[in-house]
Amino acid sequence: MTMASAEPYVTEDGRTIRGVVMELKNITLRFGGVVAIKDISFDIREGEIRAIIGPNGAGKSSMLNVISGFYTPTEGEVWFEGKPRPKMRPYKVAQQGIARTFQNIALFSGMSTLDNIMTGRITRMRTGLFSQALWMGKAEREETEHRAAVEKIIDFLEIQHIRKTPVGRLPYGLQKRVELGRALAAEPRLLLLDEPMAGMNVEEKEDMSRFILDVNDEFGATIVLIEHDMGVVMDLSDRVVVMDYGKKIGDGPPAEVRNNKEVIDAYLGVSHD
Amino acid sequence: MDELCSVPALLARNVRLYGGKPAYREKEFGIWQCWTWAEANDEIRALALGLLALGIERGEHVAIIGRNRPAHYWSMVAAQMCGAIPVPLYQDAVAEEMAYVLDHCGARFVICGDQEQVDKVIEVQDRIHHIEHVLYNDKRGMRKYDHRQLNWLADIEAEGRAARIRLEPELEARIAELTWESTCVMLYTSGTTGKPKGVVLSNRNIIETAKASVAFDNLGQDEEVLAYLPMAWVGDFIFSIGQAMVAGFCVNCPESPETMMTDLREIGPTYFFAPPRIFETMLTNVMIRMEDAGDLKHAIFKHFMEFAKTTGETYGMPRYRNKQSKPTLRRRVRWAFRYAMGIGFAVETIVENAVRGFFVRLRHPIEARKYFKARGPLLNLYPQPLRDYFNYRTGDVLVYGPLKNTLGLSRIRVAYTAGEAIGPEIFDFYRSLGINLKQLYGQTEASVFITQQPDGEVRSDTVGVPSPGVELKIAENGEVFYRSPGTFVEYYKNAESTASTKDPEGWVATGDAGFFEEGTGHLRIIDRAKDVGKMADGRLFAPKYVENKLKFYPDILEAVVFGAGREMCTAFINIDLTAVGNWAERNNIAYASYQELASHPRVLDTIQAHVEEVNRSVAEDPMLSGCQIHRFLILHKELDADDGELTRTRKVRRNIIAEKFDDLVTALYDGSDSIYTETEVTYEDGRKGSIKATLQIRDAKVIGRAQAGQVAA
Repeated sequence: MTMASAEPYVTEDGRTIRGVVMELKNITLRFGGVVAIKDISFDIREGEIRAIIGPNGAGKSSMLNVISGFYTPTEGEVWFEGKPRPKMRPYKVAQQGIARTFQNIALFSGMSTLDNIMTGRITRMRTGLFSQALWMGKAEREETEHRAAVEKIIDFLEIQHIRKTPVGRLPYGLQKRVELGRALAAEPRLLLLDEPMAGMNVEEKEDMSRFILDVNDEFGATIVLIEHDMGVVMDLSDRVVVMDYGKKIGDGPPAEVRNNKEVIDAYLGVSHD
Repeated sequence: MDELCSVPALLARNVRLYGGKPAYREKEFGIWQCWTWAEANDEIRALALGLLALGIERGEHVAIIGRNRPAHYWSMVAAQMCGAIPVPLYQDAVAEEMAYVLDHCGARFVICGDQEQVDKVIEVQDRIHHIEHVLYNDKRGMRKYDHRQLNWLADIEAEGRAARIRLEPELEARIAELTWESTCVMLYTSGTTGKPKGVVLSNRNIIETAKASVAFDNLGQDEEVLAYLPMAWVGDFIFSIGQAMVAGFCVNCPESPETMMTDLREIGPTYFFAPPRIFETMLTNVMIRMEDAGDLKHAIFKHFMEFAKTTGETYGMPRYRNKQSKPTLRRRVRWAFRYAMGIGFAVETIVENAVRGFFVRLRHPIEARKYFKARGPLLNLYPQPLRDYFNYRTGDVLVYGPLKNTLGLSRIRVAYTAGEAIGPEIFDFYRSLGINLKQLYGQTEASVFITQQPDGEVRSDTVGVPSPGVELKIAENGEVFYRSPGTFVEYYKNAESTASTKDPEGWVATGDAGFFEEGTGHLRIIDRAKDVGKMADGRLFAPKYVENKLKFYPDILEAVVFGAGREMCTAFINIDLTAVGNWAERNNIAYASYQELASHPRVLDTIQAHVEEVNRSVAEDPMLSGCQIHRFLILHKELDADDGELTRTRKVRRNIIAEKFDDLVTALYDGSDSIYTETEVTYEDGRKGSIKATLQIRDAKVIGRAQAGQVAA
C-alpha cells in the first residue's frame, strides 16, 4: 500500500501523524441548482481524529456522504489509499474499510444488541447462504470467530448487560453506543461518526468521548467526526475542518481554528455597521 | 491440622485434592471462563513471583481496588504468599475517601481493576508519597499513561514466570513462614461513625471461622457461589476466600455489576448471601411483573402463593444435608420424581373435576348447576397432609419452580441475609418458595459470624443461636458482647479504639442492643445501642425499630427517624423509585424525576397511610409507643453514599443527615406545612451540583397513650 507522502505533524498528545488515508481534491457537489459543497480540499491522515464542524446547513453531512461514497462529487476527486476512487456502490465502500454511524440512529430496532453488532461483520462473512442455513462446519467456525469479535466490542463498549435486549427498548444514549459498536464490528480503517453526541446529557457525552478516544487508541482507527458541541470537538480532535455555506473557511489544529477570524464570524455572526 | 494455617496452605491442599475441578469462573466475552484449582494455583504463584521480583517485603500492605474478578482474588492470595497483607478497598469510593485509607495503611503496592481506579490512585499520589507501584488488571485506555510506576498485572505474571528458578526458593520460604498468628487480611470498616478503622484479622480468625461455618451448614466441594458483594467487605472475604478455600468450592464472578441478575440465573448458586436490600428488590420486581401479567397467570400465582404460605416450610425446603456433598445423580432423580408428582397431581385434579362436573350435569337440571360450586376431591383417597404435599408439587411445576429459576435461586441449599433487618413478609415469601433463606448476625470484628440460624429453626424476627465457638453475653444496658476464635486482633494503628472495643479477656462490644429469647435461646436485636435513647419525657426511643417497620413497605426505600431528646418523633422518607414509579405509570401519573414523583400529593397520601399503619403497630408495644411518627416529609433526593449520607454498605448515617438537612429537621418540629430547601449533591465523577425544592410536611395520626393502653390491655 502506498501512502501519499505528506508533511508529518505532531498532535497535542505527542503522536506523530504521517500517512494520508484519504485525500479530497477540489470537491464540488451540486443538487440541481443547489451547491452543497463548493471546491473543498483537505486530507485525512492515518490514525488521527479529524473533525468537521460548521453551522447548520453548512454541508457537513453531505461532505461525510461524499467521504463514505454515498454521494459522488459533481467535480473533483476522492483519493483513497493513494488511488483515485471510482464511483462505487455502498457495499463496495464498506468492503474497502469505511464504516459510519448516522445522525438519526439507523439500527434494526427489533433485533438484539448482539445481532445488530453482528450485522456489522457482514462484509467479512465468507460462507454462502446454503452452508449458513445448514450450519455446516465451516459456517459454524466462522460464526464463532465473528461472535468472538463482536463480544470483544461488547466488552469494550461496556454493554454486556444489554447483549440480548432488543435495541428498540434501549434509551437513546445506549442506542448510539450500539451503533458505534456496529460500525466498529466492520474493523474499519476509516470510521465516520455523524453527530455521535447529539441529544446526549453530560454524562453520556463523557462516556462517548472516552469511547471515541479509546477506539482511536486501541483499534488504531482513523476517525472523521461531525459534531456540534464545540467543547467536545476541541478536546477530541487532532485537526478540524470548518465549513460554512458549502465552503471551507478553516483547517488546522483546534487551537488554531479557534482563533480564526472567519470561523468566529461564522459562528457568532458579523455586525454590519 | 497445623500445616493448614494459612490461605496459601489451603490452596496447596485444594490443588492436591481437587486439582482438576473448577475453582474460579468469570463471565467474559459472553462465555463463562473457567480456571481449575491447578490453573488458579499456577496464576497465583506466577503473580506472587512477579511481586517478589518487584521487591515486595514481608508484612507490608497491598491495597486492592476493583470489582469482583478472579485476578483480584488471586492478587490477595499472591500477596499473602509473599508475606504481605492484602487490603481490599471499596471500588466505588471517591478519591478523597480512598486517600485516607491508602495513607493510613501505608501501602507501597496498589493493585487496581481498571483505568478508573488507576486515575483515582494517581490523583491522590501527589499527597501520598509512599505508593511505589501501581498495577492494573484491565489494560483498556492505559496505553498513554506514564508507565514508570505502572504495570499491567499480566506483565508482572510473565515476569514472575520468567524469574521462577531464581525466586521460587524465596517464595517457598515465605509461604512456610506463615503461621496462625500472621495477619491474613486487613479490612476497613465502613465507618458509620467517623473515620474508617482498619480491622486486622489473623489466619486463625479467618480460617477457624470459615471451618466452623462450613461445618455448620455442611458446605461441600460442589457448592457454587456468586461473588458480587464488594471485595472490601468482610462477608465477601469470608465467603469467596475463607470458605471457598476451606471447602474447596467454586467462586463465580459476574461479567459486570449490571449483569449480576442474569449471571446469577446462569450459575444457579447453591450457597448464596445477600443483604435484605437485594431480596427486597427481587421481590419488588417479581410483584411489578406479576401486576402486568394476564389474568390467568395472576390467578394461578395468587392461588399458589397463598397456599405456599402455610405449606412451603413443610414441603418446599431442599433436604437438609447432614453430611457433606452427595452425588448429583440422586439429586436429579429426586427432582424428576418431584416434578412427576406435580404434573401427575395437576392432571388428577383436572380429571377429578371433570368427572364431578359430568355427574353434576347428568343428575341436575341446568338451573341447579350454579349451586354446585364445591370443588374438591371426589373421593377422599388420601389424607390432608398428602394432598397438601401433592398440591405443593403442582405449585412447584406451575409457579415456584419457574419463579425460582427466573430469580436464579433454583439450586439454593443455603442462603443467608444479614446486615439489616429483613421484612417478615419478604422473608416468608422466599421461605415459602422453598428457598432455605436464613439470617445471621455478624460484623467485621468477628470475621462475620456471631449468631446464625440452624436449619429448621428459622424465623424472621431473630438472628439465631451463637455460631459454633462463639460465646455471647448481654451487658446490663442491653448491649451484646461476644468472644470467639474469629475475634479480630486489633485496629491498625489505633490502640485506643482497640482497647475501648475489646477488653483484655477478649470480649468485644457489638454496639447493638439485644436480648435472648426465652425458651429457644435465639438472639433478638433491637437497635444500635448508642442510637437507643430517651425522648424528652423519658420514654424509650429506638429509631431503627421504627425505620425497619417503615422500610418493609415496598414503596419506602429509606427512612430516618428523629426524636432523641424531643417531644415527638418525626421522619424523613425516601420513596422507592421502581415501585412507586410503576404505580404512577399504572395510575396515569406523569413524572420526570425522582423529585417530582416524591412531591406528588397522591404519593404523599400513600406514604401517610403507611406511616399511620406503622404507628398503630408501634403503639401495640407499650415500651416503644413513644416512637410513633407525628410528622414526616419525603426527601427531594435519594440518600446516597457519594454525598456521605449512607455508608458504602448503604447504612444510614444518622448524625450526618441530621446535620446536613438541619433546616428540614427544624421545619418538622416548628409546625410549618412546607419548607424550601437547597441541597448540594455530588455526581459520580466527583463534581458538585445542587437541587432546590419545596417540600410538603404532613401530620400523621398517632394513637394516644390512653388508647395505646387500651390496645395493650
